[in-house]
Amino acid sequence: MKTDIQSQIEADRSVGDFRYDIDYAYDAGVGLSEATIDYICDVKKDPQWVRAFRKEAYRKFLAMPMPTHWATKDLENIVFENIRYYLSQGQAPKRTWEEVPEDVKRTFERLGIPEQERKFLAGVEAQFDSEAAYSNIKAAVGEQGVIFVGSAEGLKDHPEIFKKWFGKVIPTGDNKFSALNSAAFSGGSFIYVPPGVKVSHPLQAYFRINAQNFGQFERTLIIADEGAEVTYMEGCTAPKFETATLHSAVVELVALKGAKIQYITVQNWSSNVFNLVTKRGLAHEDAEIKWIDCNIGSRLTMKYPGVIMKGRRARGEVVSIALAGDGQHQDTGAKMVHAADETTSNIISKSISLGSGRSTYRGMVHIPKHLKKCKNNTECDALLINAQSRTDTYPAITVRGQGHSVQHEASVSQINAEQIFYMQQRGLSEAAAMSLAVNGFVNDLVQQFPMEYSVELKRLIDLEMEGSVG
Amino acid sequence: MSTLSICNLHASIGDKPILRGLTLEIPKGQVHAIMGKNGSGKSTLAKVMAGHPDYTVNSGDVLLDGESILGMEPDQRARLGLFLAFQYPMEIPGVTIANFIRAAVQSRLPQGEELEATDYYAEIYSKMDALSIPRSFTSRSVNEGFSGGEKKRCEILQMAMLQPKYAVLDETDSGLDIDALKIVSSGVNSLRGPEVGMLVITHYQRLLDYIVPDKVHVMAEGQIVLSGEKDLALKLESEGYDWVTAS
Repeated sequence: MKTDIQSQIEADRSVGDFRYDIDYAYDAGVGLSEATIDYICDVKKDPQWVRAFRKEAYRKFLAMPMPTHWATKDLENIVFENIRYYLSQGQAPKRTWEEVPEDVKRTFERLGIPEQERKFLAGVEAQFDSEAAYSNIKAAVGEQGVIFVGSAEGLKDHPEIFKKWFGKVIPTGDNKFSALNSAAFSGGSFIYVPPGVKVSHPLQAYFRINAQNFGQFERTLIIADEGAEVTYMEGCTAPKFETATLHSAVVELVALKGAKIQYITVQNWSSNVFNLVTKRGLAHEDAEIKWIDCNIGSRLTMKYPGVIMKGRRARGEVVSIALAGDGQHQDTGAKMVHAADETTSNIISKSISLGSGRSTYRGMVHIPKHLKKCKNNTECDALLINAQSRTDTYPAITVRGQGHSVQHEASVSQINAEQIFYMQQRGLSEAAAMSLAVNGFVNDLVQQFPMEYSVELKRLIDLEMEGSVG
Repeated sequence: MSTLSICNLHASIGDKPILRGLTLEIPKGQVHAIMGKNGSGKSTLAKVMAGHPDYTVNSGDVLLDGESILGMEPDQRARLGLFLAFQYPMEIPGVTIANFIRAAVQSRLPQGEELEATDYYAEIYSKMDALSIPRSFTSRSVNEGFSGGEKKRCEILQMAMLQPKYAVLDETDSGLDIDALKIVSSGVNSLRGPEVGMLVITHYQRLLDYIVPDKVHVMAEGQIVLSGEKDLALKLESEGYDWVTAS
């Protein structure tokens, strides 16, 4: 017989693991070809320049090899021909939850999105497979001139801003997966915050994969004009399928002079998702871009959020937590490109490997010769839970010229059996003791998350730890 | 029945036998002391009772109020009312004292019952005041960067909060100067009472000046070789241990 707590835990663990059958009105079929891209362009009514952009990207995608000379061979298990590249019920997101089709709405209700929106968000976009089902911004925020719409609406309704920055921070051919995204992109957010406007509450996007053998390729572009400030949060889930699912997003941030952008991700992908995401920001003079990135779940995540510090005194920061469960590989890190004097970057990465899980840190810091007074601080700490858990660190720090200050610290630790015994002697079960130790390890970073997300993160860690001790 | 009974206990680490037929009974309401030379097996006894995974029990039993605890996980034993104040308390980075003790108290509540935060803080603050522990202590990570005295006071605070039926204090005096020893001892004394049995393990008589035991036992080569009243400790202090094992 199951106790209440047991069944509660099982229900919790599968919080994203459910799925309702959906009738898709638009389906690009299986596999990617020029015809697939034409189909996507036609249903989305893309302007001609977007069609050309996609086709060009598709050619680059085909021409580029899989990066298995440095990355894991597991990438070879992605069968691009078996993936469905576009599935939707329609292209126009609804402005009220009442208008959202019932089967999609109950998915988001079950994930708690409308409730969170009421409680603490300035705006929400909820993407279901290829398109946003819902997108809305609180009236007061809209009245300040803030634009928060889907990427398709952004490129149609605000081409003068969109076109100026789209694909400029991350070139199409940056890597094979940014090329794939550029060819097949659909969904994602477009945000523009006018000069001096400080958005007091976070804007949130929720990305939900519902279909099997599906590829989700959202594309997000956020522009904070001079002196503007905005926080964007994204959450992601998918149900568990037998076959692999692909999530390959491109996110570009532009912080103009003195602007601040904070981008927070809490992903909890199911263990069959290949999560291959390119994220980069461009920080102008005195601007600040901060990525707070929390990676739980997925089969393989490869993600190295970056900041190009283009203007003087620009600041870039990456705070990252990765938890590689049994059989999972979290290959994460950061890229900091210093391109002006007196720029400052900070990378703090903490990873936890459980069971046969593997976490990899790759950090690139680049300070060229002609610059002065740049600073970088890198700290990466890995925690190994079991004997077969694995961690690797690949820091690549290039500093040329004089008068820069660079600091790198790395540590690997293990939860020690005496610590667990000590906690058990106080009455905590082995799993609760593990969980407390892991939460302690990431505690200083979790405190940087908004409250609602830190509670969620703690809960996800507890669930992972519950499953990790026999 | 209200006793912690250790019956003919044999335990080893690896192939090395350490406890060789140890028998001892601690009735609730009493404080017993175990003294003995280094290597006599005192700390092993504490760890075996608490269920440390490095030790193997070969025979014998430990009964808590008549119930055998040897088949239980360490946390089950703890929740049943056995507390061990560690000689070397472990550091748990990033976990605050407040959260740690709260999790421990919570683990004793029936399933589905949530500890009320305001009640919890009221209780921990009053116990901290009684132990002369500043309130800022609650937000420090467990034992991280603590002085020897702070670590031991933190152990006694945990004991005060968890209200065990039986408490084993393993070399609680080690690493303490005389002032810290007085504070820790008065904390232990304040927890004495009819509802708790204590076993104080120590190498030196000094501690027993402050925590006056009802009985003193001498341990050698994994056994209790002599038991007596509290003046036995004084005799050991002046004459050493050799006469015990020689006799």
